[in-house]
Amino acid sequence: MLVADPRTAAAWRSFRQEFADAGPERRREMLRERANQSRTADLHMIGRAGLGHVGGDMSVLDILTTLFFSVLRIDPEKPDWADRDRFVLSKGHTAGALYATLAATGFFATAELDTFAGPLSPLNGHPNRVKVPGVETNTGPLGHGLPISVGMAVAGRLSASSRHVYVVLGDGELQEGSNWEAAMTAGHRRLSNLTAVVDRNRLQQGARTEETNTLDPLDDKFRAFGWDVLEVDGHDHLALHEAFTAPRGERPTCVIANTTKGRGVSFMEDRVEWHHKVPSAEQIVAAEAELAR
Amino acid sequence: MSAPVQELFDCRVAFADELSALAREDERIVAVCNDSVGSSNLVKFQQEFPDRLINVGIAEQDMVGVGAGLALSGYVPFVCGASPFLTGRALEQIKADVAYSRSPVVLCGMSPGMAYGELGPTHHSIEDLSWLRAIAGLDVVVPADPAETRSAVRWAANAARPVFLRVGRFKVPAVTGDRDFTFGAASRLRDGSDVTVVATGTMVSRALEAAEEAAAEGVSVRVLNMSTIAPLDEDAIREAMRDTRAIVTAEEATTTGGLGAAVAAVVVTERTPVPMRMLGVHREFAPTGNTAFLLEHFGLTAGDIRQAAIGLARADV
Ligand SMILES: Cc1ncc(C[n+]2csc(CCOP(=O)(O)OP(=O)(O)O)c2C)c(N)n1
Ligand SMILES: [Mg+2]
Repeated sequence: MLVADPRTAAAWRSFRQEFADAGPERRREMLRERANQSRTADLHMIGRAGLGHVGGDMSVLDILTTLFFSVLRIDPEKPDWADRDRFVLSKGHTAGALYATLAATGFFATAELDTFAGPLSPLNGHPNRVKVPGVETNTGPLGHGLPISVGMAVAGRLSASSRHVYVVLGDGELQEGSNWEAAMTAGHRRLSNLTAVVDRNRLQQGARTEETNTLDPLDDKFRAFGWDVLEVDGHDHLALHEAFTAPRGERPTCVIANTTKGRGVSFMEDRVEWHHKVPSAEQIVAAEAELAR
Repeated sequence: MSAPVQELFDCRVAFADELSALAREDERIVAVCNDSVGSSNLVKFQQEFPDRLINVGIAEQDMVGVGAGLALSGYVPFVCGASPFLTGRALEQIKADVAYSRSPVVLCGMSPGMAYGELGPTHHSIEDLSWLRAIAGLDVVVPADPAETRSAVRWAANAARPVFLRVGRFKVPAVTGDRDFTFGAASRLRDGSDVTVVATGTMVSRALEAAEEAAAEGVSVRVLNMSTIAPLDEDAIREAMRDTRAIVTAEEATTTGGLGAAVAAVVVTERTPVPMRMLGVHREFAPTGNTAFLLEHFGLTAGDIRQAAIGLARADV
């Protein structure tokens, strides 16, 4: 099991404090910069490992950064704190994005990212809670995160805790029927302590979602299952922050975050082949330059 | 000891070529997949037969059910998905809709074993042989190289019964020569008199290498390519018990219910059992690592097979 890095955790804490005190423009800038640092870290991890899911990583990083750097009530130095908010990355193939975020939060030392997918590394190609603090459950097969999150939300209710459960789902992932079983349970039980975020980049592994198996109208689907639905620009940090923290009603909340797969790297954006293509060294340099802008 | 450089093959290529060839001959042939057109190597099939590729999206239970419906309506569906999700996620559909209902579906478990290396245990399919061997009426076939893959695909298209075909991605050399796949029959790739190695899939070439090395140390090893795991060629096992003194099994799978367990079930019910060693994964989730690293980690190299064979040959039992 990896252990927390107290220095990074302290820096994360000051970030959270500064964010709380900052005005909207500064807040936006802080999260944007932080997310792009994670994008760069992730690109290097993928380059070194020779594998990864870069398109979905770039797509989800504004969501992850907003959650970990401005929303989640967590303590990287106390990953087992009972009343922490729970975060589940159901689209586990974007483990690289999660690891970069967890390291930046201080759950473990940033240097560990160099071992990503290497022999005996705790940082497996899909997240493993047994080895990595901050990972709440092992994911990788799509369609598992939402049922588990429903269980966590039910547990929160049972123990009268104010903790909130956030789960990030891929849009292609929603083709798995297990999601809809869980969506029904959450709606039925009025789990207002649950927020499902859909990384709506409209691409899956091999094609566009709507050309593979239509998901639209996604908002109506969730509403019909008893959820409140918010739709936001999934790269607008303040809009995400607002959607994640707005007061909840009586129902679970689905945040449809409209995103671009490959976001931030022009030659990857909205291109299906970048689902799991590995960028060359030159492409990483070019990407890094774009992200530094 | 350095092995001669051999050409290595991804069996998915032979699989897809043969499937397209069959589809040209037989209009009943269709493919069903789960957002896995690329990973199942079906891009060309899709170009040539756009209407006959049914991509249900990321929905394995639906995929197998749809396959069963097509089979029950006179089509010959090849249901293709990464083996861990096809077998793990849709196990009940495989049992009830395919095997129990006797729907002639060809389930194609792509990239099985530890082919997905660093993607980890969620993406490894080492339990598939144990799970599927437990299901009545389901044939379990594991080709060892591209030629045998082609031959098995052709057989499966005409088998008119529930079949699981394990289609390898981890590259292997050609080992079966011009032998056709014969359903239900072990194929003796090398004869020997001291120990028999019964291997399947990726382990077959390694078993042959091990036999070669053992011969240099004075141990004579028979190698059986067991490309049908269920039903098992029990006669070949009994013959091995008669002709050689011990049996080693080797599979890129858990030993709890796959090839090793199947062979052991024959061995222990004979009047005079022979000593056995089962090589495979023993109820453990893999650590992080690429496929070659993991095969080494779990003792599945040619050297490990040779050592097991020599150990049994020299043990005074
Ligand atoms: C059950 C299951 N089936 C198939 C896969 C293979 N797979 C990994 S990622 C992926 C595409 C996911 O698309 P989406 O959910 O839209 O994620 P994103 O676009 O954010 O990468 C697929 C099919 C899997 N991991 N699990
Ligand atoms: Mg997507």
